[in-house]
Amino acid sequence: MTPFSSVTRRKMCIRESGSEYDCISELGELGLVEFRDLNPSVSSFQRRFVSEIKRCEEMERILGYLLREIHKARIAVPEEDESPLAPPPRQVLEIMEQLQRLEMELSEVAKNKEKLQRNLLELTEYTHMLKITQTFIHSRSRHEALGPQYEEFPTMETDSAGGCTGMQRLGAKLGFISGLIQRVKVEAFERMLWRVCKGYTILSYAEVDESLTDLDTGEIGKSVVFLISFWGDQIGQKVQKICDCYHCHLYPHPENDEERADVLDSLRTRIQDLNNVLHRTEDYLRQVLQKASESAFSWVVQVKKMKAIYHILNLCSFDVTNKCLIAEVWCPISDLAKLRGALEEGSRKGDATVPSFVNRIPCTDTPPTLLRSNKFTSGFQSIVEAYGVGDYREVSPAPYTIITFPFLFAVMFGDLGHGIVMSLFALWMVLTEKKQNKKRSNNEIWTTFFNGRYIILMMGLFSVYTGLIYNDCFSKSLNIFGSGWSIKAMFTNQQWTNKTLQNNALLTMDPNVSGVFNGPYPFGIDPIWNMAVNRLSFLNSYKMKMSVIVGVIHMSFGVVLSVFNHLHFKQKFNVYLLFLPELLFLLCLFGYLVFMIFYKWLAFSARESNRAPSILIHFINMFIMQGKDITPLYPGQTGLQIFLLLVAMLSVPVLLLGKPLYLYWLYRGGKGLRRRRGYERVRRASEDNSITPSYDDDEEEGFDEVSNREPLPKQFDFADVCLHQAIHTIEFCLGCISNTASYLRLWALSLAHAQLSEVLWAMVMRLGFKITTKVGVVFLVPVFGLFATLTVSILLVMEGLSAFLHALRLHWVEFQNKFYHGTGVKFVPFDFSLLPSVFEQEGLL
Amino acid sequence: MRVLFCGPKLAACGIVLSTWGVVMLGLLGIFFITHSAGLIEDIPLQREDLPNPPQRVYDLYNQVGYNCFIAAAIYVVLGALSCCQMRLNKKKEYLPSAAKTLTTK
Repeated sequence: MTPFSSVTRRKMCIRESGSEYDCISELGELGLVEFRDLNPSVSSFQRRFVSEIKRCEEMERILGYLLREIHKARIAVPEEDESPLAPPPRQVLEIMEQLQRLEMELSEVAKNKEKLQRNLLELTEYTHMLKITQTFIHSRSRHEALGPQYEEFPTMETDSAGGCTGMQRLGAKLGFISGLIQRVKVEAFERMLWRVCKGYTILSYAEVDESLTDLDTGEIGKSVVFLISFWGDQIGQKVQKICDCYHCHLYPHPENDEERADVLDSLRTRIQDLNNVLHRTEDYLRQVLQKASESAFSWVVQVKKMKAIYHILNLCSFDVTNKCLIAEVWCPISDLAKLRGALEEGSRKGDATVPSFVNRIPCTDTPPTLLRSNKFTSGFQSIVEAYGVGDYREVSPAPYTIITFPFLFAVMFGDLGHGIVMSLFALWMVLTEKKQNKKRSNNEIWTTFFNGRYIILMMGLFSVYTGLIYNDCFSKSLNIFGSGWSIKAMFTNQQWTNKTLQNNALLTMDPNVSGVFNGPYPFGIDPIWNMAVNRLSFLNSYKMKMSVIVGVIHMSFGVVLSVFNHLHFKQKFNVYLLFLPELLFLLCLFGYLVFMIFYKWLAFSARESNRAPSILIHFINMFIMQGKDITPLYPGQTGLQIFLLLVAMLSVPVLLLGKPLYLYWLYRGGKGLRRRRGYERVRRASEDNSITPSYDDDEEEGFDEVSNREPLPKQFDFADVCLHQAIHTIEFCLGCISNTASYLRLWALSLAHAQLSEVLWAMVMRLGFKITTKVGVVFLVPVFGLFATLTVSILLVMEGLSAFLHALRLHWVEFQNKFYHGTGVKFVPFDFSLLPSVFEQEGLL
Repeated sequence: MRVLFCGPKLAACGIVLSTWGVVMLGLLGIFFITHSAGLIEDIPLQREDLPNPPQRVYDLYNQVGYNCFIAAAIYVVLGALSCCQMRLNKKKEYLPSAAKTLTTK
C-alpha cells in the first residue's frame, strides 16, 4: 500500500450482447468494479428485469420456509467450502420447480401431522375423562341415597344437549355433561355455573395428572375433568352455553360401566394406531428435510447470486440499435486486464456471437476512493475511515497510523505486565484466526475485538516497550541493570548515621554527594524511584514534557504531510502560501518550547538544580516581551525570542491573505499567465482528440485527467474564499495552542493508569502477603484470583478502552485536521462475497 | 476425573488464570527469596522490627516467598483440573449430533 492511497479510476462502458448474465456473474465473482445506476429515474417496479427478481424473491421465500422447518427439526445444514456459481437461466426453472415441489410436500405433511395430533389429543382427553368420571360416579354412588337407583332406570330419550342420559323423576330429567377444561378457568367456571343455574347443578371435577398440549395455542398446561349433573332441560341448555363460552372440550358420557369399559378399550386401540401413524409421519418428514438440507446451502447461495445479477442488470441501459446492454462502471486502472479477461470468460460461457468489450469514457465526476489493504492494515484503515473516507488520491494517514496509534496508546498505557497479557491475548487471536473465521460468532463485541486483533497486538507490543521505559510492571519496578543511586554512599560520606535513621521518617538523598548518584540507568526510569515518596513529582515533570514533545512532533508531521497533497493536486502555490506559514508558526512557537525543554535537560545538572529556571515562565515572558529581570537561559535569548515571535506573527497575515489574493490575481489573469493558459488549452484539445477507444493509452496516467481540486473557476467569489481562509487561519493558529495542550492527556492517562495499578496492588495483593500463618497461606490463592480478575476488567479492559479512545481522538482531531479532508466516497465493488445473506442474519444457516 | 462440572468457557478461564498464577506467583516467590528491596512494603513488617539486625526482615521475606511458592503449587493443581475438564468438554463436543440425541432420549 503506497502512502498515496487511492488507486486511479476510470469510468468504463461495457457493452454486452447476449451474454450479459454470464459476464456479470464473472465480474461478481472477481469483485473488481462498481456499477453505476444508469436508470436513476426509473422506479424499481418499472425496470426491465422485474419479473426475474420477483421469481428470485419467491424462491427465497420458499427457501426461508424450508430453512425454518429444517431448523425446527434440528437438522444441521452442511456448508460447502466453495460457494457455487450463479446458475444459468435454464437451470433456474429447474431449481424453481424443485423448490415448489418441496414446499407443497412439506406443507401437506405438516397439515396431516397436525390433524393426527389433534385427533390424538382428543382421544387422550376422552380417555382421561372416562377414567376420572368413573371415580366420581363410584364415589358419589357411595354417598348418595339414590345413587344406585339411577343405574337401574331405563334410559329415556336423550336430550339434544349433547349426550346426557334422561331420567324421569318428578318430571325432571337428570342430565350429565362431561368434558375437560383448563385448570386456570375452573374456579370462574364453577362460580358461573352456581350463579346461573341457581343450585340445580352439581359440579365435580378432578385434575388430570398428565399435562396436555392445547393445540390452538401450543401451550402445555394442566386440564381438569369435570362432570356436571343437572336437572331439567333449560338448565341443560344453559350449562351447554356456559361450557361453550369457557372453551371446554365436551365428550359423550357413557351410561353404564360396560359401555364405559367398551369405549375405553376402543379408545386404547385407536390411540395406539394413531401413535404409530404419527411416528411414521414424523420419520417421513425428517427424511424429506434431511434430503433437502443437503442442497439447501447451495440453493441459498445460487438464489442470492442470481438476484444480485438481476439487480445489476437493472442498472444497465438497453441500447436498442445495437441490441446490447450498456453498463457504466468504475474500475481501478491496475485491474483493467483482469476486467477484460472476465468479460471474455463471460462471453465464452454465454456462447455469445459478439464478445463484450470495454471502453473508457471521459468523465468529470470524482471517482470513488479505493485503498487496498491486507488483513494487517485493514484494521488501521477502518479506524481512519471511521473519521472519513479520504478524497480521491489524497494522502492517507493509515500507513503512519500503524505505528503512531499503538505508540500513543502505549504512552498512555505503559505497563510491562499488562502489555504482556494484552499481547498474549492478541497473539492467541491471531494464531487461531482461521478457526475463528470459520466460527462466525454472533456476538458483536467479540467480533469487534477479533477484527482489531492486529491493532491489539501492536498496542500490546508497544506497551511492553513503554512499560520497560516507565519501569512499571504491575506497579512494581524491575531492577535489571542495577540502580544508579547508592544509599551506602550517604553513610560513607558521613551524611547519615544510624541515629539519623532512627529519628527521621523521611530522608533525602543528595546527588551532589560523591558516590550517591552513579550515572543514569541504562534503559528507562531508575527502579529506586519506585520506593521514593516524591516519585510523582519527578515522573509528572518528565511525562508532561514528554507529552508536549511528542505532540509537537506529531503535529509537525501532519503539517508536512499536507505538502504531498498540495504537490499531487498541482497546487504548488499552496506550498508557499499555506504550508510554509503554518509550519513556521508551529515551529517558531512550539518548536521553540521543545527546544527549551531539551536545553534545560542538557544544560542544568544536579549542581545547578536549585537555580534552574522554569521554562513556562520564560515562555510566557517571551509572549509578553518582558523578562529583563530574570537571568537568561543562554546568551542571546531575548534577541532570538523576539526574532521567533516576529516570524510567527508575520506568518499569520500571510496565511490569512496570501491564498485569496493569489487566487484573485490568477482569476484576473495575472501577467504572463494568459499565454500559459492558452497553451494549456491547446494542449488539452489535442489530448482530447486522441482519446479514441485505443486500449494502450489507458494504462498511462496522462495529463488528460489532471484532477484539479479547484479547476480554474468560471466565477470567482472573493469574499467566499477570504472567509474560508480566515476560518482556516483562526482554526489553525488557535488550534496550535489548544492541540498542544491536548496532548497533555498522554501524561494524564498514564498517571491514572499507574495509580490505579498501584492501588490495586496495595489493596488487594498485599492482603494476601500479610497473612503468614500456616493455614492462611491458602488465602493467597483466592486473593490472586481476585487480583487477576480486577486487573483484566479494570486495568486492561476499562483503561485499555479509555487509552484507545484518547489515542484515536488525538489522531482524528489533532493530527488529521492538519492535512486530511476525508470527504470522499468509498469504492464498493460488486462482489458476491460482500452481499449480506438474510438467512445468516436470522441464524438459520 | 470423569465428572464434568464446568462448561468449556469456565474451564478455559481456569486454565488461563492458573497459568498466570503459576508464572506470576513463581516469579514473586523468587523475588521474595532474593530479598528484593522493591517488595519491602509487602511483607508484614512491624514498626518494632528495625533493620538492625536485618535477620528478622530476611526471615519474613523468606516466609512470604515460601507462601508464594505454595500458592503457585495450588494453582498448578487447579490448572491440571481445568485441563481435565477442558479435555472432557472437547470429547463431549465431538460426539456426532445423532448419537447425542440418542443419549438424551
